[in-house]
Formats: sequence, C-alpha cells, structure tokens
Amino acid sequence: MNAVTQSQHTVKLTAIPQALEDPTWVRRGLIFITVGFIFLFLCLPLSVVIIEAFSKGVSAYWDALAQPEAQAAIGLTLLTALATVPLNTVFGITAAWCITRFEFLGKSLLTTLIDLPFSVSPVISGLIFVLLFGAQGWFGSWFAEHDIKIIFAVPGIILATLFITFPFVARELIPLMQEMGSEEEEAALSLGASGWKTFFLITLPNIKWGLLYGVLLCNARAMGEFGAVSVVSGHIRGLTNTLPLHVEVSYNEYDFVGAFASASILAGLAIVTLILKSVLEWKQQRERGY
Amino acid sequence: MSILLSDISKNFGAFAALDHINLEIPEGELVALLGPSGCGKTTLLRIIAGLEKSDSGRVLLNGEDKTHEHASHRGIGFVFQHYALFRHMTVFENVAFGLRVKNKKIRPNEAAIQKKVHTLLELVQLDWLHDRHPDQLSGGQRQRIALARALAVEPSVLLLDEPFGALDASVRKDLRLWLRNLHHDLNVTSIFVTHDQEEAMEVASQVVVLNHGRIEQQGAPSDIYDNPSNAFVSRFIGQTNIFDTAEIDQDWLKTSGLTLAKTQGQFAHVRPHDIELVKSADLAAEMGAYAILKDWQHLGSLIRIELAGKGAQPFNQPIYAEMPNERFKQLQLNRGDKVAVKIRNARWFH
Ligand SMILES: Nc1ncnc2c1ncn2[C@@H]1O[C@H](COP(=O)(O)OP(=O)(O)O)[C@@H](O)[C@H]1O
Ligand SMILES: [Mg+2]
Repeated sequence: MNAVTQSQHTVKLTAIPQALEDPTWVRRGLIFITVGFIFLFLCLPLSVVIIEAFSKGVSAYWDALAQPEAQAAIGLTLLTALATVPLNTVFGITAAWCITRFEFLGKSLLTTLIDLPFSVSPVISGLIFVLLFGAQGWFGSWFAEHDIKIIFAVPGIILATLFITFPFVARELIPLMQEMGSEEEEAALSLGASGWKTFFLITLPNIKWGLLYGVLLCNARAMGEFGAVSVVSGHIRGLTNTLPLHVEVSYNEYDFVGAFASASILAGLAIVTLILKSVLEWKQQRERGY
Repeated sequence: MSILLSDISKNFGAFAALDHINLEIPEGELVALLGPSGCGKTTLLRIIAGLEKSDSGRVLLNGEDKTHEHASHRGIGFVFQHYALFRHMTVFENVAFGLRVKNKKIRPNEAAIQKKVHTLLELVQLDWLHDRHPDQLSGGQRQRIALARALAVEPSVLLLDEPFGALDASVRKDLRLWLRNLHHDLNVTSIFVTHDQEEAMEVASQVVVLNHGRIEQQGAPSDIYDNPSNAFVSRFIGQTNIFDTAEIDQDWLKTSGLTLAKTQGQFAHVRPHDIELVKSADLAAEMGAYAILKDWQHLGSLIRIELAGKGAQPFNQPIYAEMPNERFKQLQLNRGDKVAVKIRNARWFH
C-alpha cells in the first residue's frame, strides 16, 4: 500500500544513447535481477493475498467480509477517508496558494514543515496525538471533563490520518503552481474577474490533473494507514478498527480467510490507485505537452 | 481617460524600484515608458493597473483616486510581456473571457459576445485562428490576441509591457506601425513600455524616460532628442559622441569648433550628424582638430563614419560622424585618410 502511495516521481522513459549500453550479458543479468526482485517482493505477496483470501472458496470469502466487524472496519475506513480527504484537499490548495502566490516571513520554514509527516515515523505521529489528547495528555483532562473521547475513538483516528496525509495534495500542487506562475491569474483580474472566478476559471483548470493526482494519493494513504492509526485506535473490534487494523487483528486470531479477504480489498484499492495514477500522469503530461 | 501619478514610491526590501514618481498623461495619448532594463518600468505599470501596491503616492484616473481600487475594478487593460494567454482556452474564449466574467446584470448575451469577439479578432486580423489554443500560435499572433483580449472589456486605459520585446525584428517593425494606427483609431489612453529608444521615438506621441526608478525627462520624441535634459537622456536617446574636455588636447578642442567660452560642463555631447568632415588637404593651415578615418557603414541613406585620433591621442574612444551618401561620395575619402573635424553643435553636461 505505502509503496504505491509514496512513489512521488514518475519514471521518464527516454531514448538511450548506444554508447551507454552495456554488454549483452550484463544487460540480461540486470534485467533478470530486477524482474526477479519485483516478482519475489511484489507479485508473489499480492498473489498470496488473493489465493489465501479464496482458499476456503468464494462463499467463505464473502462470509468473511459480511461479518459485522469487517463491515464496521470498512465503514470506518470509508468514514476516515471521507473526513480527511476533502479537508486535506482544501488545506493542500490553500497551502500551495500561500506558498506560490504570497511573500511572507517563514515561508521556507512552512514549505519544509509540510513534509514533516513524511519524515517522522507514523508511530510517532500517532503518539503525538496520544500525548496531546490521551488521558494523561496535555488536553486530556479538559476533554475528559467535557466527556469528549478522542483517543481510542473515531476522532483520534481521523486526526491521526489527517496529520499523516496532509502533505500529499500540497506537495503535488506547489511545483505545478510555481511553474504556472501568476500572470494568467493577474490577466484575469485585470479583465474584471473576481478572486473566486479567477480561481475556478483560471487556476483550477490548470492544476486539475495534479490536484486529482494528489487527492488520489491522499485517499490511498488515508485508507491504508496503519502505524499512526494503530497507536490511537485502541483496536476495539467493531468500533475503532479500520481495515488495515482489522487485517492484523483477524490474522492474530488465526482467522486467515478474514484477514486476507480484508487485505484483498486494500490490495484492490492499491491496484485501482495505480491504474488511475498512470491515467492521470498520462493526461497531465499530454496537456502540458511533454 | 487621463492618468495622474502623484509621488509614487516602491521599495523591494532596501532596494528602491520607484523613487517619487510624478507623472501626468493627458487623455488619448500614446506614451512610451522608456528606460534600461531593471529601471522599474514594469513595476510602475503594475502599480497603475493595481497588480502591485505602491508604498506611497496616489494613482488618479480621470481625477478619481483609484489608489486603493482592486485591479478588477480599475477598467485598465493590461497586455503582459509574455502575453499570459489562458493556455487551456481557445483564442475565442480568451478574448471572450472579460465579457463572460462580467456581473450578470451587465453581461452581454451570447449572441452579443460572439459578435463582439469576432469583431475584435477581425480588428487584430486573426479571426481565422479563433478555435486554436495559444500554444499553436506564433509570438506575434499571441501578442495580438492578448491585445484583443484586453480591448474586449473596453478599457479606459491600455497598458502594454514590452509589447514587441519577444518578437523578431521584421515582425516588430510591422506591429509598431500597426499599434500606432490602432491607437489612432481607438484613441484610448495608452502607455507602452520599451527599452528600445528607436521604438519609443517611432510609435509614441510622448516619451517618458525612466532611470533607476526616477523620471529623467518627459516630452515629445523630437523634444527629447533635441533637448535632452541631462547626460543620461542624451546618451540613452540616439547616438552621442562624448568629449571629455579635461582629457582632450586643448589645441584640438579650440580648432574643432566647440565654443569653449560658453561651456556649461565638462562633457560635450555631440550628435553624429553635428560633425562635419573636411579632407585635410583642403585646409593646410588649420590642422588642429584632425582625425583618422577608420571605417564606415551604410545606414540606408546615411553613412556612419568611424574616426580615431592619431599621435597625441586627442580622444580615446572612436568618434562617429554621420552624413548623407551624396556628401560622402563628394569627399572621396578612403580608410586611413586624415580628416579635419568640425563640430557644429554640442550640448554640455557635468
Ligand atoms: N517582486 C520583486 N521582488 C524584488 N525585486 C523586484 C521585484 N519586482 C521587481 N524587482 C526589482 O525591481 C527593479 C525594477 O523591476 P522592473 O520594474 O521589472 O524593471 P523593468 O521592467 O524596467 O525591467 C529590478 O531591479 C527588479 O529586480
Ligand atoms: Mg519589465
């Protein structure tokens, strides 16, 4: 899952000068190693997931997914994505706008900070929220007094996922909007367009593929995040288990079909994400005329 | 609409991009804002358009204070140096944009928009390109579409930032004339930025010379050429020979025809056409101000002659003289000839 969502850079295939080509045996050897590696660490595990999920037949697969706990996990995963993706989309656009359109003190610091969730371990990200909102945390007692549960509850899961996924959209948009520049927007303003109209008619059409790309990656991570969510969730079956957590719990309880059936949903999500990602990249490159 | 800029200043950090600019432009003029690169031309234009905020000063259009008016309400057409066409829209939609974003109450209907856009595209002679995208146009075509787009909202002021800057020489020449004629027809108050003095002189009815964020001189092209108010303007507008009286041999100076008695500075600025040459054999007696003919170039009907000093090195830079072809033929000069220099007219600066 994470392997898909974190690959930010596209591999560009260009013609290779002859002089740089190695002897045949070296080439064959390297290609063999690469393909073998991908097979061993990507295709094989993925097939295992599918095979194990269906090891007791198709009906057992559907039964496993129809269990209330599995249904609850799917529901919570969808809810988390539904809450975090729109918020982070708005945040990402706002942040990219600030960074590429305004001059202000601490701008480079902000640019660096946006990447923070990528550079700290997800477990630490989860712990931050426990330290803030947990029973012994800074604000824990205040929330306890007002009978609001954050840690070991759905709000904590959403908060942790928000934190983990907030760089995706902004990181995608910042270079795009930098390259675009602000002249077209200024032209729109001087033609009498309001700020909103300028954004929707000029800025958005120019960044739409990049934006969708960021949203897609953000969504994939929001649904697949394990580490941070695991720390704040408390693993309460049927209540605070997201799909990735449900996979772990089922597996630990020797419910292999259940674990792999849920895992197959995540694997399917990864594959769909991968396909959409390629489509978006292709669209974006075509429109920008590479 | 007349434009009045009063005491405009703009700093970028510690750098003063504009330094107390005062400028008045009467209605209907076509004004060239002329100055070397980096002198603040674009910044001034952006401040007039409301795309940039000045640190101090006021912008008045037709006597109304627009200093704090948002760019979208100023009614100023802006043609960007790099055109800034909307790349995701067709040529037609680019030109229609200003009409489509108008408030519902004043927005023309679709038929009126169609008609207006096609009229404008015909005006810039590019109606046949209406369904192309900007990246399928040449530089000159983009420039004209950008102009049509700005004109669509019937601006009361038109600002053009280096409108011919990125075009090749022959296209430039055509577009200059075209712009001049267009302005004649539309009669909208216009300012165009340029760093090319020839372009400014050829197109504009008024030239404003800017340097280091300050206005050096404002006036009609001939006025600025004939009576530059300072050494910078004199050097920047047209060719000028500069004689440093502190360095040049005094005998040479006395016989050159420069009226030393009335000097008003150390430097004499002499236009090339104010230098007369006489073949040295013709005046054996007064051989003070002589020079050696090094080379010449044909500039259409004129010849530009390059002269160098000899022996005592009266001057360390080449002198340029210009004269009509006919006169040059009469003189029958060759490279290496010794010629006497007669200066007819000079302007003095410190
Ligand atoms: N946004 C900016 N930040 C810092 N300096 C700027 C900015 N815009 C312009 N300048 C500086 O102000 C000066 C004038 O710029 P500009 O108006 O673009 O010059 P011109 O158009 O005459 O070439 C230049 O030295 C430029 O480097
Ligand atoms: Mg400029």
